[in-house]
Amino acid sequence: MNVYLDNNATTAMNKEVLEAMLPYYTEIYGNASSKFYEVGRIAENAVLEIRERVAKELGAKTNEIYFTASGCEADNWAIKGIAFANKDKGNHIITSQIEHHAVLGACEFLEKNGFTVTYLPVDSEGKISLKDLEDAITDKTILVTIMTANNEIGTIEPICEIAKICKEHKVIFHTDAVQAIGHMPINVADLGVDMLSLSAHKFHGPKGVGVLYIRNGVKIENLIHGGGQERGKRAATENIAGMAGLCKALEMANSDLDKKMAKMRDVRDRLIAGIKERIPYCRLNGPSDETRLCNNVNFSFRYIEGESILMLLDMHGIAASSGSACASGSLDPSHVLLAIGLPHEIAHGSVRFSVSEDTTYEEVDYVLEVLPKIIERLRLMSPLYEEVLNGEKEAK
Amino acid sequence: MYSEKVMDHFENPRNVGEIPNANAVGQVGNPKCGDIMKIYMDIDENEVIRDVKFKTFGCGAAIATSSMATELVKGKTVDEALKLTNKAVMEALDGLPPQKIHCSVLAEEAIKSAIDNYRGNGGKSVHEGCRKDCSACPHANNE
Repeated sequence: MNVYLDNNATTAMNKEVLEAMLPYYTEIYGNASSKFYEVGRIAENAVLEIRERVAKELGAKTNEIYFTASGCEADNWAIKGIAFANKDKGNHIITSQIEHHAVLGACEFLEKNGFTVTYLPVDSEGKISLKDLEDAITDKTILVTIMTANNEIGTIEPICEIAKICKEHKVIFHTDAVQAIGHMPINVADLGVDMLSLSAHKFHGPKGVGVLYIRNGVKIENLIHGGGQERGKRAATENIAGMAGLCKALEMANSDLDKKMAKMRDVRDRLIAGIKERIPYCRLNGPSDETRLCNNVNFSFRYIEGESILMLLDMHGIAASSGSACASGSLDPSHVLLAIGLPHEIAHGSVRFSVSEDTTYEEVDYVLEVLPKIIERLRLMSPLYEEVLNGEKEAK
Repeated sequence: MYSEKVMDHFENPRNVGEIPNANAVGQVGNPKCGDIMKIYMDIDENEVIRDVKFKTFGCGAAIATSSMATELVKGKTVDEALKLTNKAVMEALDGLPPQKIHCSVLAEEAIKSAIDNYRGNGGKSVHEGCRKDCSACPHANNE
């Protein structure tokens, strides 16, 4: 049985999405900027229509939607673009310790270029404190960037409240909503954000296309210079097929969202309860209430290491991911798990399972049958578990 | 990412377990780094490694290198086993990805640590290579 439980990494594209994209690779091949012949005009009109539909889905105005090549680009543009456009006003940026590397990497780049960055700590569930945020804002602060929902442990941040604080202090607020779309309602007006990033492939759309929402009136420098596409703000020939795919995927994600969220929550909770019931010495990372992303499960299994769990899961056809150092390809385990206070050895043993609306009970039950055996097998190989067993023996 | 041999030794590790009356026990690595290897040996009066077992906390490569290292020293004399290099472990596994080479180093050190323990104090207590004090450990990046 093959079970894909890495939907926070990427998702399978919907067939309808692919169908919405295909005409733009064949019949409607024109360059949307070439308006003097028909196939170019058709392309231009398609872009206009797609932009309108995307804006409607997000509660934005059409001219506030900017297409990018990824969520990563949208984050980089938002952060570097605001920094460079506002460097006369100030040089201070506030973010959190648990942001995606796209945000952290852009902030680190700015630190090397004369900006200062405050990385807000988070509590044991991954939430920032509004008081910390307010205390961190100075008259030099030009941008706050806090993710809507965390990709590793599923924590949903208090975005509306953060937006209010930023508005009071007249600081621009950007949120990376890459993990949120399709997993919670996202309306930029309701959230009160100035900028928002999203990426199509996280909600059953194509890879290689994202959006940066920029509220009218926000002054931002370009990241990609060149032609006059995206109203002169982002050069590159329009990826119309990608835009069409993103648009269709977004509409599909938002339709019956409540129902889909309820289903994902149900499957998620079955997995969480099953793991807790069957496997000792484990810990759910992230919140246990409604502030947890409906599709995210993240556990630390003590005394063993994440990569070997993933390898054994893979041998059983199950795809998941881990925050261990080995899995991340660095010396340290995930910065998110360390930020919520996990010691290194517990962070090394973490595994993330992320479901989609297509994940079935049957698939979850299969994981619940396989996973306890894998954990036990690795623990019996572990010298750390040996100490636990010896301790138990002595205790008796 | 891994060779077939690494996958084989990960999936079917040789010599997993403990030796109750081992006269050589060594442990290297630390939990902060994400890998610990513990080696048990039964060394006879002619200094031949009659039996060897391991327990490892770590990634796929850590488990596979432990398994291979125990295979390579089993039946050898203590002096021969001391000549085991991480390179030999890697070659026997048809190579390792660059970021996993330290696993083979750990395997070499684990074997040496067990023998050190055997030679040093007759082999009852666990080798002191890991004091579980990460701040004093060269393997840990001290924060």
